[in-house]
Amino acid sequence: MSDSLQRGAWLRGAGNTRFGRLAGSTPLTLMARAADAALAEAELSRAEIDGVLCGYATTLPHLMLADRFCEYASLQPAYAHGMAAGGATGGAMAMLARELVRAGRCRHVLVVAGENRLSGQSRDQSVQTLAQVGEPQIEVPNGASVPAYYALLASRYLMETGLPRDALADFAVLMRKHAGAHPDAHLREPLTAAAACAAKPVATPLLLSDCCPISDGAVALVVSAEPGPGRPVRIAGAGQAHRHQHLCAIDSVMTTGAGEAATRALGEAGIGVDGLDYLAIYDSFTITLLMLLEEIGVAPRGGAPARLLAGDFDVDGALPLNTHGGLLAFGHSGVAGGLMHLAEATRQLAGRAGDRQIGPRRRALFHADGGVLSSHVSLVLEAL
Amino acid sequence: MAISAESALPEGLHPYAEGLEAGRVRYQSCGDCGAAQSLERHACQRCGSVRLAWRDAAGVATVYAVTEVARAPDDSFRTLVPYTLVLATLDEGPRVMAHAEPGVAIGDRVRAGFFRHGERTLLRFQRE
Repeated sequence: MSDSLQRGAWLRGAGNTRFGRLAGSTPLTLMARAADAALAEAELSRAEIDGVLCGYATTLPHLMLADRFCEYASLQPAYAHGMAAGGATGGAMAMLARELVRAGRCRHVLVVAGENRLSGQSRDQSVQTLAQVGEPQIEVPNGASVPAYYALLASRYLMETGLPRDALADFAVLMRKHAGAHPDAHLREPLTAAAACAAKPVATPLLLSDCCPISDGAVALVVSAEPGPGRPVRIAGAGQAHRHQHLCAIDSVMTTGAGEAATRALGEAGIGVDGLDYLAIYDSFTITLLMLLEEIGVAPRGGAPARLLAGDFDVDGALPLNTHGGLLAFGHSGVAGGLMHLAEATRQLAGRAGDRQIGPRRRALFHADGGVLSSHVSLVLEAL
Repeated sequence: MAISAESALPEGLHPYAEGLEAGRVRYQSCGDCGAAQSLERHACQRCGSVRLAWRDAAGVATVYAVTEVARAPDDSFRTLVPYTLVLATLDEGPRVMAHAEPGVAIGDRVRAGFFRHGERTLLRFQRE
């Protein structure tokens, strides 16, 4: 292996705004606040940031959002651009930041995303923008929304695994429980399984409780050639998979690419699923979480609800899952929503989670998907 | 930026939409290996050939996935709520998204029908 590839890439600092309705916020103000917090935690000055990767914002479509953000935040990096891979954008940015650091191109890469997805547009606008991940001739004209796309996946997945619909509810309940402990979360009120099952249908088999909220918020991370304060956390493995964009092009709901991406990341880290002790898994819908956990191999097919009920995904369980509350409860502000899983995993592994710190954890798997389980990014984090 | 079918044919309908207007479900098939394609492709999913042509399907399919939509994405569909959407696998192989009669289940055999919605004709499956 060449010298450059032996360089490590460290998750040096993380920052986030509160998620929810943040009146008067814009993508730029939100991202700037999250970036300030990440720089403070990383103990770096603006001048030391030599790379910036910026997620897209549906409320601020722009040809070069990274440059616009850098100007606003008074950053002058040697490398910068925007990125777009749907919900997997945060993971893809962190993966690229790692490569930039390992190749010696950059020393300190700021990965940042945020938008006022809730307050900056009407609910209809947001739903219609997101529905455009559908195929324009054969899918979108039918009046499908993103929840309907995932409902179609869910109907098939539940049929193939034999799971009852209500098995989904426990994932919504768990994410609310975790969010209840995080002061920055969007939905902090407890949710009972009975209330989750009694929620209004959005697109069967999915109820409102199976869907994440739309939030304002931003998250930033610094990926660096040197570790940050606290216990050093490095990105030990990364992998992607891209097998389709649209629902009609998925051959089987059992093979979406999640397993392929995770296998690549775990292989690079030199461990198996059994070597993990923390999970940060994308959860745009309860069904997303269930399908990803099982395709990655955390549980056998149809077995994730049993692991949940056994307490394995609790904060004191064998595999704590999304201890900030995930998209389902911490909130979904676009790219930042997916990046928050990485921020939380980093903090927990580094021992920087404050009052919410769980027991010592060594190896986390982060996984995110964009579109309809279309773009997949897996990262293995390792605390030294 | 890639040139899309829409920009290449500014005045004409997309071949799939044109098929629906004529009461046909269309799909692409490969002129070299014969493989049927889901959605519109530039190159064959199986052999990579770019000799793809649109054909008419017989209109018979099997339901792969189903949902009843309670919350529509816009006003034009709000009047139809609740409506049933399916992913259905045409007997020729490709998968399409369409409306369907209420109560269809995964595995049901269905036949294509068509309805007018605003400026478009949409596909709606009925049980065989």
